[in-house]
Amino acid sequence: MKQFSAFLLKEFRHMGRDWRTLLILVVMPVVMVLLFGYAITTEVTQTRTAVLDPTHDYLTRRITDRIAANPFFELTATCASAEEVDALFREGRIDLAVVFAPELASAKAADASAVVQLLIDGSEPNQAAVRQGYAMQVIQEELLTASVASGEPVTDVSAQIPLINVSTRMLYNPQGKSAYNFVPAVIGMILLLLCTLMSSISIVREKENGTMEVLLASPLSPAVIIAAKLVPYFVVGMVNLLSILCLAHFVMGVPVEGSLVAFLALSVLYIGVALALGLLISTLVSTQLAAMLLSMLMIVPTMYLSGLVFQLDAMPLPAQAVSTIIPARWFMDGARRLMIQGVEVRHLFTNFMVLGAELLVLFGLSVLLFKKRLE
Amino acid sequence: MPMPFIVTCDTLAKSYRRGKVQALRGVSFEVAEGEMFGLIGPDGAGKTTAFRILATLLLPDSGSVAVDGLDVVRQYAEVRRRIGYMPGRFSLYADLTVEENLAFFAATFGTTIAENRHLIEDIYTQIEPFRERRAGKLSGGMKQKLALCCALIHAPRLLLLDEPTTGVDPVSRKEFWEMLAKLRVEYGISVIASTPYMDEAAQCDRIALMQDGAFLTTDTPRGIIGSYKQRLFRVRSGRMHALLADLNEWEGTQTAFSFGEAYHVTLAPGKDEADLRAYLVSKGHADCDVSEAKPEIEDCFMALAQTSEENEPR
Repeated sequence: MKQFSAFLLKEFRHMGRDWRTLLILVVMPVVMVLLFGYAITTEVTQTRTAVLDPTHDYLTRRITDRIAANPFFELTATCASAEEVDALFREGRIDLAVVFAPELASAKAADASAVVQLLIDGSEPNQAAVRQGYAMQVIQEELLTASVASGEPVTDVSAQIPLINVSTRMLYNPQGKSAYNFVPAVIGMILLLLCTLMSSISIVREKENGTMEVLLASPLSPAVIIAAKLVPYFVVGMVNLLSILCLAHFVMGVPVEGSLVAFLALSVLYIGVALALGLLISTLVSTQLAAMLLSMLMIVPTMYLSGLVFQLDAMPLPAQAVSTIIPARWFMDGARRLMIQGVEVRHLFTNFMVLGAELLVLFGLSVLLFKKRLE
Repeated sequence: MPMPFIVTCDTLAKSYRRGKVQALRGVSFEVAEGEMFGLIGPDGAGKTTAFRILATLLLPDSGSVAVDGLDVVRQYAEVRRRIGYMPGRFSLYADLTVEENLAFFAATFGTTIAENRHLIEDIYTQIEPFRERRAGKLSGGMKQKLALCCALIHAPRLLLLDEPTTGVDPVSRKEFWEMLAKLRVEYGISVIASTPYMDEAAQCDRIALMQDGAFLTTDTPRGIIGSYKQRLFRVRSGRMHALLADLNEWEGTQTAFSFGEAYHVTLAPGKDEADLRAYLVSKGHADCDVSEAKPEIEDCFMALAQTSEENEPR
């Protein structure tokens, strides 16, 4: 026990002496969460909108008012000509323009092809698609109310705007807030990155500096060496977890719908898996560079196969099969469901089981491979 | 009953890369309790391999080693408690201070600095003024003194020092050996140390001259020098570079190698000092200075190394 505490003290000293690295370890996760939560956002807000309305009749004014009243749209300009609309797009001052045809008022009589035209800045396709859908919905609803009010069926306003109103409602995350989705994913990434990379490097550094030779020739047992090496990074992992969680919950408003205890338990298990992975890597290589490369090699498939970047259901079957052994997948899935869906813990049985099994296998394997000698 | 030998090593062999590199070829030796035993040889002679096997860090291919009566393979855990090992390269934590390093290594052996302070007193007082300094910022000699303190702090029965004076200035080297001698006398700690410097060999009770994984001879330094039977000449001239080439060319030269600022030369049977002089003058070394020299360990090593190469050509 005295050996262990002395070793632990030494590890924390190493960490403290290398305060730049420690600072990165503690601050990087916060920066990443802020970046993902605010800067790198996929949600659509504040669509700057221009209206070109040559007729100014009752219907077009109602549609314009409706758009202006919607918090999703910000009516920034009312244009007089198509050239003006074009200029605004080029200057990057609007994202969307609603162009009414002069014949809209007499739509019922006309052949009505493209009486309401939506011009959308398509340079960001995902946002453009969301904007298109929402704008169409607003306009259709208004046309529908108008036709009901007037008692005349609006048969065909535009070929591009079908009258059947497909209403979609997103569950659990009605506003489509990306922070909800990203926070569990970022926690999963960061914990893996830090715990695996840092623990493997910290053990391999002893080999590279030759101090492992002295440690092995001393009566220290491998258990003490391993435990003292992993505990500090477990602490760093927990600090990161809690700082991200507080930031996400109190600053960004990400809910924790389910059991917080279950979420923490899942996280502790996941940190354990990440540390065991780092330990395994450290038994396989003898230079810090190799440890870093191997850790990175673990992290790339995690990015792709955990559902963080690409949807898992859309992947080919072999990739889906591989993804089932990616610890991050089970953590991120479990964390999302606990935080956002608020499911009961019993629904996460598989997640806990898979992570638990991986912890045992990785840890057992590393302990078997840990060398008591130099060869 | 005390063990007569702290180390018994029997036909120890070790190879690397599946037998391609023979690091040790059946080495046997004994080290008596309280003895200072030196492994002397050039780089690649197998000294570090021998230390690592003694320190339970490598498994021998064949042969057996006992440290304090304990087998280094089967009873490695107990052996580790009784040895103090100082590897060839600096193996302390550069980012920890002198005191933190020492306290850590004391704790790994379940002891404290205070408990065994008397053992390291002489050495530690020299580095104590720098105890707040990071180990990485110490000079070469200071680093080695700290490393010795770290290896000594748990009062080992046997010290294993792999080239402890490599990269250390001559004054510190001398001090270092004096400290080792004192440890042995005052506390009865046995020491096995290696060095590539032949002049340090005289500090040991007994030395083994090592080359290519084998012992050329094992004896006291005096015994080894006493067994040197040839006449040895010290040769100098104004053109030292050409001189060595000319010496190596001559059929009358048996060995010629640089020794300090001169060459040590032995002659083939039937040649004598007059022949050597005549030859050198004929080669234009009219100013040559030839005198008979007293053999030193290095001369013995060179002579033995050559005989061993002649016996088993590789």
